[in-house]
Amino acid sequence: MKQEYTLMVYAENQVGLLNRIAIIFSRRKINIESLNTSPSEVEGIHRFNIVIHETEVMVKKVVRQIEKQVDVLKVYFNTNDNIIWQELALYKVPTEIIAEKVKVERLLREYGARVVAIRKDFTIFETTGHREETDKLIEVLAPYGLIEFVRSARVAIIKDSKGFHEKLKEFEQTEPVPLAPEDPISEEEANSSIV
Amino acid sequence: MQTETLKKVNTSVEQEIEISGSEAVMKALVAEGVETIFGYPGGAIMPIYDALYDYRDQLEHVLVRHEQGGIHAAQGYARSSGKVGTVFATSGPGATNLVTGLADALIDSTPLVCITGQVFAHLLGTDAFQETDVINITTPVTKWNYQVTDANEIPAILAKAYYIAGSGRPGPVLIDITKNAQIQKFNYKGYEKCTHIRSYRPKPIVRNEYIQAAAAMINKAERPLVIFGQGVILGKAEKEFKNFIEQGGLPAAWTILGLSALETDHPLNVGMLGMHGNYGPNVLTNECDVLIAVGMRFDDRVTGRLDRYAKQAKVIHLDIDPAEIDKNIKADVPVWGDCKETLPLITALLDKKEYTSWRARFSECMDKEIEAVIENELNPTAEIMTMGEVIHQMNQITGGDAIIVTDVGQHQMVACRYAKFTESKSNITSGGLGTMGFALPAAMGAKYGAPDRTVVAIIGDGGIQMTIQELGTIMQNNIDIKILILNNHFLGMVRQWQQLFHERRYSFVDIDSPDYVTVAKGYRIEGNSVAKRENLVSALTTMLHHKGPYLLEVHVGKENNVFPMVPQGCGVSEVRLK
Repeated sequence: MKQEYTLMVYAENQVGLLNRIAIIFSRRKINIESLNTSPSEVEGIHRFNIVIHETEVMVKKVVRQIEKQVDVLKVYFNTNDNIIWQELALYKVPTEIIAEKVKVERLLREYGARVVAIRKDFTIFETTGHREETDKLIEVLAPYGLIEFVRSARVAIIKDSKGFHEKLKEFEQTEPVPLAPEDPISEEEANSSIV
Repeated sequence: MQTETLKKVNTSVEQEIEISGSEAVMKALVAEGVETIFGYPGGAIMPIYDALYDYRDQLEHVLVRHEQGGIHAAQGYARSSGKVGTVFATSGPGATNLVTGLADALIDSTPLVCITGQVFAHLLGTDAFQETDVINITTPVTKWNYQVTDANEIPAILAKAYYIAGSGRPGPVLIDITKNAQIQKFNYKGYEKCTHIRSYRPKPIVRNEYIQAAAAMINKAERPLVIFGQGVILGKAEKEFKNFIEQGGLPAAWTILGLSALETDHPLNVGMLGMHGNYGPNVLTNECDVLIAVGMRFDDRVTGRLDRYAKQAKVIHLDIDPAEIDKNIKADVPVWGDCKETLPLITALLDKKEYTSWRARFSECMDKEIEAVIENELNPTAEIMTMGEVIHQMNQITGGDAIIVTDVGQHQMVACRYAKFTESKSNITSGGLGTMGFALPAAMGAKYGAPDRTVVAIIGDGGIQMTIQELGTIMQNNIDIKILILNNHFLGMVRQWQQLFHERRYSFVDIDSPDYVTVAKGYRIEGNSVAKRENLVSALTTMLHHKGPYLLEVHVGKENNVFPMVPQGCGVSEVRLK
C-alpha cells in the first residue's frame, strides 16, 4: 500500500549531493512531494527531509540506495504516526478588502495565523501547521482576493529519536565496532544498511 | 647530532615544497602505486600532461585513439590486475566520451579513477570552449565524483578517490580538475593515503546470527544450489569460496561475471546461469530447496521472470552491498559483508555432505544439453563453422590459460559458454551494460594488467567496428593481444531475436565488414582470415604463437542461434533447447 513517508537523510554538506539524492527518485519515477535541506543538531552535518508517497518495499530500496552514497551517513524513514511535522505558509491579500470585510482578529485566532507585514496595498499572513490547516486558510482568504500563496517544505522530527550525536561517534570510529553476537537485531538495524 | 638535524631539515623540505596542482596529481598517482594511465590529452588537461612529461619514468601513459577506448582499457586493466584503473581525459567531449565506460564500470563494479581537465574556475557556467557540466553528467554513473577548483585540495581528494574506487563494492570515481587548479602553486605537505571516510562504510558489519542461520539452513538442505558472481573475484575470495562449496558438497553455478572464479572443470561447477546459460542450473534453480547467492545481484538476465524464479526455495544472499539485498529477490537470510570474511565463517559451521543424487540431476541435464545443443555446436556436421567450435579449438591450444575478453552479442554468449578457465580474473566482458565495442580496448588494458598472460579478444563483426580505431593504439605500443573476430555477417543476437520473436523481419541487422586483414595490415598488424574448417586449427595456432598483436577473422554460420535460451518474460525453467 502506498502511503506518505518522511525520509530524514543525515549527510555531509557537499555540493552536488542534492542532485545525487534527487536522481535516485527520478530514475525510479518517484515524485518528491516535499524536500527541505537544513543544518541538523550536529554541527557540520546536513539534514534533508524528503516526503514521498510510496510503498514500504520501495521506500526501503530507495533508502538503501541513498545510504549507499559516499557522502550520506544515515537515512531514517517514518510514516506520519512516528513524526511531528510542520509546514509554513504565507498568504498575501489586499489590505483594503481585508480590513473592510474580514474580522481579522477572529481569523487570526481561529487559524493560528499571524500578521507578518501590513502595507497600504497588501497584508501578509503566516500560518504553520499540517497541510490541511494551511490549506483551510486559502479557502477562507480566496473570496477576498488572495494575491499570492506559498508553502514551505515539510520539516519533521522523529518522536522517539535520540538525535544524531551518538550515532556520529560510531561513524567517526575508524573501524566499525561489531556488535555482540547475541544482540538481537533491532527493527532499525534490519531496515538499515549500516548497523 | 649533526646528521639528525640535517635529516630533519630534509624531511621538512620534502614535506613542505611549493608545487603545482598538476605535479600533486603525479605525486598522488605514484603514491597510489599507479603503473599505467590510459588517456588522451586536450586543452583543459594540458598542465597535467605537462607534469606527466617529467614523470614518464615512473608512470606509463598509453595514448589511446578515443576516450571511450581509454576508459574501456582501464576497465580491462582493473579486471585483469585487481587494481584500480586510471584514465586521463580533457574537458567537454573528452569527458563526455567517458560516460559509456563509467556506466559500464559502475554496473560491473570495476574500480576506476578518471581525471578530467576542466576549464578555468572563473569560466564555469559560461559555455566556455569545451566546457561541459561533467560532474552532473556523470553523477548517475559514478560511485563518487568531485570537482577540484583549488590545488590545495588535490592530495586529499585523490587519496579519497582511490580509496573509494577500490574499497567495498568497487566502482568508478571521476575527479574533474579546473585548469587554474592544475596550474596553481601551493604548499605541498606530502601525500597521505585515505583509509577512512566517516560517511562511507565500505563493508557492513558481519552479523553472527545471520552466519549461523545461513549455515543451519544449508545443513538442513536437501537440494542446495550455490549461484556466484563477480563478488568472489572482487573480494579475492576464490579460495574461501572453493573451501565453502567443497565442505558442503554444494553444486555451484556462475553468472557471466562470476566466470573463472572457480576453474571450469571443478567437479562442483555446474555451469552458467541465465538467458544463455546451461540447461541444468536454470531448470534446477526452480527445484532447489535452498538457493545460496554469493556476490551476485540477481540481474534480470539471470532470473528471467521474477515471479517464476526459485519460488520454492529459501534464499541466502551474501553481498557486500546492502542495497543489493532484497532489491530483486527477497532474502530469507541476508548475509551482509565481504564474502572473504563471511564464507569461512559459514564454512566452519557446515556439515560435510555429498548430495549425490541431487548432483546427478545436473549431470542428467548436462547430458540432455550436450545432445540437443553442445555436440552440434562443438563438433558440427555442417560445412560452415560454428562459433562454438572455434572456441573449443582455441581451448585445446591454450588449455584454458588465456584471459578471454569478449564484446557483446552471440559470440560473447558462446565464448562464455565454451571457454575454459583454469585461473581467476580470466574472463573480462561487459556484463551489466552490454557495451558493444568494449572488447578491443579492454583487451589492451587487460594485457597491461597481466603482461605475462595470453590475452585473446573475441569480438563480433559488429562490435569490432565500434572501436576499431584502437588498432592504432595496439600498433603504436605493440600490445601483444590476439584479436579473434567471429564474423557471421550479421548483428547476430538481434537477428536471432528477430528470427524467434519478430517473424524473421531482419530489420537493419545485415552489416558489411571491411577486409579486416587489410585493415590490420594498414595498422602494421599481422592477420589472417579463414572460412574453412581444415584451416582453423593451424590459423588459431599461428595466432596464439605469434609474438605481438595478431588479428584472425573466422567466418562462421550466418544464421546460427545461441541455445539454450530463456526467452524474455519467461521463467528460468522454461529454458528452451531449440
